[in-house]
Amino acid sequence: MTTYEHTIKVFDDEIGQLRGLIAQMGGLAEQAIDDAIEALKHHDLETAAEIVRNDKKIDQLEVQAEELAVRIIALRAPLADDLRDVVAALKIAGVIERIADYAKNIAKRTPLIDSHGQIEPLSVLPAMATLAIEMVHDVLDAFAARDPEAAQQVCARDRAVDDFYNSLFRVLVTHMMENPATIGQVTHLLFIAKNLERIGDHATNIAEMVYFAATGTHMAERDRGAFVTRQGE
Amino acid sequence: MNVQSPIAQHKISARHVNVFYGDKQAIRDVSIDFDRDVVTALIGPSGCGKSTFLRTLNRMNDTIPSARVEGEIDLDGEDIYAPEMDVVQLRARVGMVFQKPNPFPKSIFENVAYGPRIHGLASNHAQLADIVERSLKRAGLWDEVKDRLSDSGTALSGGQQQRLCIARAIAVDPEVILMDEPCSALDPIATAKIEELIHELKGRYAIVIVTHNMQQAARVSQRTAFFHLGALVESGSTSDIFTNPRQERTKDYITGRYG
Repeated sequence: MTTYEHTIKVFDDEIGQLRGLIAQMGGLAEQAIDDAIEALKHHDLETAAEIVRNDKKIDQLEVQAEELAVRIIALRAPLADDLRDVVAALKIAGVIERIADYAKNIAKRTPLIDSHGQIEPLSVLPAMATLAIEMVHDVLDAFAARDPEAAQQVCARDRAVDDFYNSLFRVLVTHMMENPATIGQVTHLLFIAKNLERIGDHATNIAEMVYFAATGTHMAERDRGAFVTRQGE
Repeated sequence: MNVQSPIAQHKISARHVNVFYGDKQAIRDVSIDFDRDVVTALIGPSGCGKSTFLRTLNRMNDTIPSARVEGEIDLDGEDIYAPEMDVVQLRARVGMVFQKPNPFPKSIFENVAYGPRIHGLASNHAQLADIVERSLKRAGLWDEVKDRLSDSGTALSGGQQQRLCIARAIAVDPEVILMDEPCSALDPIATAKIEELIHELKGRYAIVIVTHNMQQAARVSQRTAFFHLGALVESGSTSDIFTNPRQERTKDYITGRYG
């Protein structure tokens, strides 16, 4: 008996538009993280500057998503799973915007780090970034598919990103103690690692929203990948 | 989905109610409770039986010759279909407001005074006038009509007429008020006044309202029951039903995916 089709077809169109905006924002945010790490690796200041400029595009999409969500709530008075879906989209748009801000922040630090120097830990960041990007990608797929199990799996992976951060923290602090001349640059790297760790946390938050939108219940505490001892916070 | 609990605790308890119109079964095995201080909304598509069920609660279906009711409906633990039940008395205790305002073609005063008079609730005119004033005040109509109580009830606006009908229902001091789409013939302002009134009245009565308007059910009720094809599909707190219904059929209906 259940279909996703509403009697009022234009309602489906509007919900489709809203979900499309989220997908578009997510794609841009993933790309921004990826580009930021590439720019960092190759000390590509051109690309880094472009990421900062492109962030405006994501901000605009967030505004559009917010306007559309508010309009749907006002004009369609969605209920039950529709209501949860629209509220989730509204919140997820805000979170993606934050994720993109972290990518922008990484890009802004790029000119301040000399990648041709001898900062060895730099090689670990791309692997950490890949994990964080995958989390963002997969959680937005879970949103698109309204798939609570896929959302739970994303949460479980946050622990790996946290582990990356904790080990990087130790390595970078050691590095600074041994090479006090690099403290300025390595601190920037530490912030970048922290940014990636936060992106993982935000992906986890989105996963919880996706789970609630899909099921109407909140994810159990143990499924959120909680209780990770975080060092260096 | 049926609410099962000790029968006498509730203002009204319906158990395994079946209603037939001739051979056709309109209500199938419905069990549900209604409480004082609670507004319960009955929702569902046209023909789902929600109005039929509402009308079993004060035996309005008795007026339809082919209608037959099975099961048990208790008001304060008393079976309202028992042979010794006085139906006139029952309808005073369980009042009703209909879809279209239906004031008597008499004065505003007489519309409200009629019930208390035939039930002998006032021994003189002063007492009767008191009841009329109190009822009109409770129905939020007093200030608008106090200077023209002898005008005809039918001369009022639709919203005022509906509030007059509510005043008429509460004049006999009922315990339960049944409302069958009380706002469907009213404009949004008059509707808002009725909804505000329902909210104010809920502390004194058990209120059961049939509505086709989801938003109205969400606004006025604390509990919601969804009927479909004569059966009670789901009942629960209104916020649960509208944010996270348990049954697919409920979800499909309230989100506009049905039919």
